[in-house]
Amino acid sequence: MALLETTGLTARYGDFQALFGVDIALNQGETIAIIGANGAGKTTLMRSISGVLASEPEAVLFDGEKIGALPAPDIVARGIAMVPEGRKLFASLSVEENLLIGRYGRAVEGHWNLDTVYDLFPILRERRANPGTALSGGQQQMVAIGRALMSNPRVLLCDEISLGLAPVVIRDIYAAFPRIREAGASIVVVEQDIGQALKVADRVYCMMEGRITLTGAPATLTRETIHAAYFGH
Amino acid sequence: MTSALDTIIQGILLGGLYALFAAGLSLVFGIMRLVNLAHGDLIVLAAFLILVLVTALGLNPFVAALVAMPLMFAAGWALQYFLLNRTLGADILPPLLVTFGLSIVIQNGLLEGFTADSRRISAGGLESASLALGPVNVGVMPLLTLVSAIAVIIGLNQLFYRTSLGRAFRATSDDPVTAGLMGIRPKRIFATATGIAMVVVTIAALYLGTRANFDPTIGPARLIYAFEAVIIGGLGSLWGTLAGGIVIGIAQTFGAAINPEWQILAGHLAFLLVLLVRPRGLFPRAVD
Amino acid sequence: MTDTSLTPWKVETRTKASAISAIVAALLVLFAFAAPLFASRSVLQDLFFILTMLVLAQNWNLLAGYAGLVSVGQQAFVGFGAYAMFALVILAGLDPLAAIVLAGIASALLAVPTAFFLFRLQGAYFAIGSWVIAEVVRLALAQWKTLGGGTGTSLPREATRDMPALKFIGDLFGVKSSGAGDILTYWLTLLLAIATIFLVYRLLRSKQGLGLAAVRDNQEAARSVGVDARRMKTLVYLAAAFGTGLCGALIYVQKARISPDAAFSVVDWTAYVIFIVVIGGIGTIEGPIVGVIVFYLLQTLLADYGSWYLLILGLVGIATMLFAPRGLWGLFADRTGIQLFPVRRRLTGGPLSSTRKGGPHG
Ligand SMILES: Nc1ncnc2c1ncn2[C@@H]1O[C@H](COP(=O)(O)OP(=O)(O)O)[C@@H](O)[C@H]1O
Ligand SMILES: [Mg+2]
Repeated sequence: MALLETTGLTARYGDFQALFGVDIALNQGETIAIIGANGAGKTTLMRSISGVLASEPEAVLFDGEKIGALPAPDIVARGIAMVPEGRKLFASLSVEENLLIGRYGRAVEGHWNLDTVYDLFPILRERRANPGTALSGGQQQMVAIGRALMSNPRVLLCDEISLGLAPVVIRDIYAAFPRIREAGASIVVVEQDIGQALKVADRVYCMMEGRITLTGAPATLTRETIHAAYFGH
Repeated sequence: MTSALDTIIQGILLGGLYALFAAGLSLVFGIMRLVNLAHGDLIVLAAFLILVLVTALGLNPFVAALVAMPLMFAAGWALQYFLLNRTLGADILPPLLVTFGLSIVIQNGLLEGFTADSRRISAGGLESASLALGPVNVGVMPLLTLVSAIAVIIGLNQLFYRTSLGRAFRATSDDPVTAGLMGIRPKRIFATATGIAMVVVTIAALYLGTRANFDPTIGPARLIYAFEAVIIGGLGSLWGTLAGGIVIGIAQTFGAAINPEWQILAGHLAFLLVLLVRPRGLFPRAVD
Repeated sequence: MTDTSLTPWKVETRTKASAISAIVAALLVLFAFAAPLFASRSVLQDLFFILTMLVLAQNWNLLAGYAGLVSVGQQAFVGFGAYAMFALVILAGLDPLAAIVLAGIASALLAVPTAFFLFRLQGAYFAIGSWVIAEVVRLALAQWKTLGGGTGTSLPREATRDMPALKFIGDLFGVKSSGAGDILTYWLTLLLAIATIFLVYRLLRSKQGLGLAAVRDNQEAARSVGVDARRMKTLVYLAAAFGTGLCGALIYVQKARISPDAAFSVVDWTAYVIFIVVIGGIGTIEGPIVGVIVFYLLQTLLADYGSWYLLILGLVGIATMLFAPRGLWGLFADRTGIQLFPVRRRLTGGPLSSTRKGGPHG
């Protein structure tokens, strides 16, 4: 049985339907990538899983439990943490406070704590007292990832962590992924950078207009099939 | 000369009371951008609660205030959770109109329960005690008020900047949706903030009720003083709020020294003057 | 946006209901003006009260419901208008009728400096700021010893008795001057209420009115299409001050006795007014009309219960805001689709179908 699974997941913003029956599965220890053009519904999928958007209870299963209708705080308490699109650091909090808030109100057991996050991203230790928003884009992204790790999640959702970052910075950030996996998290990355997605993921889902149009292991996908799944032609 | 000094010192001490009125208002606004028009009436409500505890149980007013604090916390928590949270959003009308309605409801509820008579909480002789500070005599209760105001501000700042709850307050204020992703429940955070504001309100009520007479209708005026202190100080700064309270206090004591009928008017005029020359207050925050 | 000579889009703000309601309204107005022929003095006094509250409510609704300026300090203008009228009658010996008009102008003039202060405050702070202003005006006028200071004063009897208008009405209806006074003040408020509704309606249907709605809904967007939000809001604020001051003067011509506490009462001139608008339906012209009727019924029903009355009114107001934020009229209009004063525009006609609603893109 998959660790995290969506079945027939739909989502709407008012009258506008953004997801039309999305089925994805994430197995224990796996990393999957969701790719797709702008507006395909990737962020909406992440929001639905993380509880920002409510769904039908049975549309999202985590460890066999129906979590589709649960609000975000209940989801993170169960072990699914999100690195939201655009990083969304708290402007009134320092770097260290941003990290600490990742485990708000819970005594969480596990590998990740302030020290191990600082070991993962040493630059953050130097900038721990700065306001989170005073950092460079790459450093902010590290804070956002560290903040999610602080809850020692079993599933880490990463929404477009490479957005707006220079290639070397992206490489640095993805260099942390093996250690995150080793520490026990299964990962969903949302990426527009297809090359990056194929490199990091065990399996890839391609989305278009609110639907999954292609699934497979990176080795089985060709440029042409991805192109077709991306743009519909 | 001593009389001018005396007037200034009395004004500073009075400012302590206004800062206490204002601290709760400032706290709630800072966290959820909610201005509670019933704030003054809640202070009066707390004063009646202390009065009841003092008269019915024969408690010392300070002990009564301690007993009232958890009750007021619970009332504030419930008020926010069940009523005011429903009004939060982009539209400013619902919170304003609901809290305005609440103000009218509390005033008239108190009128029904306690009549329009003036009341006073007896502090067992402490009201008339005074200390000689150099050339001026300072009342013990006014001094305690100012000391309490400073203690409340230090306490709130510690809470805000040194605790996990304070981090959650700031995070929720920045971005409630992302705060939810961290496991924070914004509705409960808001309820807790209002509960804490009601604890501060109870402290304010203790001094309101022991220093002067009060009746069910005086709440709106306290709201106005609190509001003026917050605006003069600059939104979001608790020390600024204390400074704002002191500005109003000094203006009032000077006004009263010239003509007792001018006390309140002088405070309002000082507020308008500050609004004229420093529209963002004396200590505006860089952000926001 | 489109060239009207090519595409016959028509901006239609009239509906069938509004055409019928125009006829009904005309009959109603005639009937209302004729009321002194058959109504008793106490009925006229009740109607006077209802109409003044309606005028205040329409003015507050214009401010809060359309311009987003939530004021809890409109008592400043009721009281100032009333005091200006008293001063002009007592000190300058003016005819009360002239004094009422000048009092409205005086209130609008007072609104110039107060706007200067208040518009530095946003949203909720505007609300409390407006209250501070009202307190300042009250406390300042309480210092005016010639008008009785804190205890207030009365209009001299001869000032109203010798009014030419009263003599005329007295002769016409064969009543004494006190009865003629009730008829005159009733007619004046009726006139004021109709004029207020008409002007608000015209304003909201005008281009500026559309701009106002845009300002309320989205200030940034409004600015981007060239609506000067600040100017619109200031204009509305001044207009509401004028209407409110005029109404205040009229109320106190009828009361003939003034004191700062009564003339600047936040409960009488603002709390009641807010509840009327909220319960009736904020942001519509119909709302205050419905609200004032409900308000009058509640007041008559609960007259003997003292503060319970206000307590219940407050609870009803809170419940309305929470569960039916568009008020009783909003509930009614949603169910029936009826609009008596259609100020929201609809596009009808066009090349695709003559009955299709909505713009060219759907
Ligand atoms: N808050 C929102 N309100 C309305 N529509 C939205 C909102 N967020 C996203 N959408 C729409 O939903 C669709 C999917 O958006 P999104 O999930 O953000 O796509 P992606 O992350 O793949 O770029 C888009 O058409 C977008 O315009
Ligand atoms: Mg996205």
